Amino acid sequence: MYTQGLDQKSNRSDVPPQQDDAAAVAAFQARVDAEEKIEAKDWMPDAYRRTLVRQISQHAHSEIIGMQPEANWLTRAPTLRRKSILLAKVQDEAGHGLYLYSAAETLGVTRDEMVTDLLSGKAKYSSIFNYPTLTWADIGAIGWLVDGAAIMNQIPLCRCSYGPYARAMVRVCKEESFHQRQGYEIMVELCRGSSEQKEMAQDALNRWWWPSLMMFGPSDQHSRHSAQSMAWKIKRFTNDELRQKFVDVTVPQAEFIGLKVPDADLSLDAETGHYRFGEIDWQEFMDVLAGNGPCNQLRMQTRRQAQDNGGWVRDAAQAYADKHATRVAA
Amino acid sequence: MTNKEALLKYVLRLGDNALVLAQRLIELVAHGPELEEELANANFALDYLGQARMYYSYAGELEGNGRTEDDFAFLRPEREFCNVQLVELPNGHFGDVIVRSFLFDAFYLLQLESVEQCGDQRLAEIAARAVREIRYHQRYQSQWLIRLGDGTEESHRRIQTSIDDVWRYTGEMFAGDEVDVKFHAHYGGPDLDQLQTKWRAEIEAIVNVATIRLPVDAWMAEGGKKGIHTEHFGSLIAEMQTMQRSYAGLSW
Repeated sequence: MYTQGLDQKSNRSDVPPQQDDAAAVAAFQARVDAEEKIEAKDWMPDAYRRTLVRQISQHAHSEIIGMQPEANWLTRAPTLRRKSILLAKVQDEAGHGLYLYSAAETLGVTRDEMVTDLLSGKAKYSSIFNYPTLTWADIGAIGWLVDGAAIMNQIPLCRCSYGPYARAMVRVCKEESFHQRQGYEIMVELCRGSSEQKEMAQDALNRWWWPSLMMFGPSDQHSRHSAQSMAWKIKRFTNDELRQKFVDVTVPQAEFIGLKVPDADLSLDAETGHYRFGEIDWQEFMDVLAGNGPCNQLRMQTRRQAQDNGGWVRDAAQAYADKHATRVAA
Repeated sequence: MTNKEALLKYVLRLGDNALVLAQRLIELVAHGPELEEELANANFALDYLGQARMYYSYAGELEGNGRTEDDFAFLRPEREFCNVQLVELPNGHFGDVIVRSFLFDAFYLLQLESVEQCGDQRLAEIAARAVREIRYHQRYQSQWLIRLGDGTEESHRRIQTSIDDVWRYTGEMFAGDEVDVKFHAHYGGPDLDQLQTKWRAEIEAIVNVATIRLPVDAWMAEGGKKGIHTEHFGSLIAEMQTMQRSYAGLSW
């Protein structure tokens, strides 16, 4: 669903980068500048590789953890049609996780290592999934706002300099755009409905608006990895540019269905054509990243439990494969 | 009971089996043992859900009272659901889920292969679509049954217990009543005795490869087809229907 990877530090990035040969680095940068795709077997600076592993794996983890808040409503979806659509969406997310882990594996890290880092808390996932889904309208808000924000981030990633990631993102983006539309459609339906439904939709927007803006990461002056990632053409726009774009697109969508964006400072700047918006509560953002959001503990417990409960199953599959290989060899 | 009434009940039973099993599999989403199994599980749940929707829509047409797929799913009380008890059993661990699906799908696949030849064209068409999906499910369940049975000592022990525990719920699939008799006689639906013989031979072949054994036939639970369910079922229905029950008559 979403990557916030550029702006978070993992322990791996604390390892000082090896000294890359200056000529090789210059040749690499020239290829990037010429918009050539870097492929798995090409030479690349160590820091480029580590940045991508961090970003792609965090993106994959976000897809997997992001299944949980939506799964919370799968058993209670109000109609069979909504249930089918939501199930297909959650399944897409598992699929995105799978492509992204595969894309990261082309950089020399295994899925097992990445999962271990997630479960130990070393690797991060998007802060947005640490908020609870309290009503059916939250499923609409997630599709509309969270997937909407994800698309803003991910469309430029289709042009990322690293080929396997860029190609994975092309497919992911097609599915995300369907996810965003289904979310907005849920909100439209609620806003056309009873007063209770409309209240439910407004309440969901109130709770998801600010966390959605936080998805773009820290503001540009505090974004640790931005400049280098831009130079490497992993990233094409800054956090603040993308956030502004999201606000500009989303505010009219809210107005169209009669919902009020919960920001007293929101106003359209007639000169620039952009919306000005209020200050994000960065303390909340930092708290959630540090593990202190409403659902951080639950998300990790659920993930670890699934991993632990599946241990005997994975062992059995391995034992069977080993026996079978021995039998075939014999 | 007229033949048409029997047909309607038969279609509803198909729909309820599919929906209730989908609902159980949906409970497992985000809890899979491995990402590939997560995808497979969601895919199977989607298949059953799609099939349930086709059966319910057709049931609504047969009934002619304007009931929709959602009316059947969300506005019938527990006692009106006529799925077999096997599909409503709680998930348990991965092996329990595999065994439940393996035993049910082996039956359902044979049932669909017969229904796709039946005299009611609409139902035959739905079955023809469903049969392709279930054939794949059955292959997947069989492969996992074999891996778990012939995997580690622990997995062997677990899967043997799973099949022992669930066995008493398999008899109901083959216990015919007036609906089954009429559907067989008038529409050329399956002969349940023949189906049971085939089912047994097919599952036995897989179970043997899995190095586990089929339990001895003993007392069999029954009642699901008549709306008598296990205690587990009420909570499943309550959870599934909560939105439609809490907010009557709204559009979502």
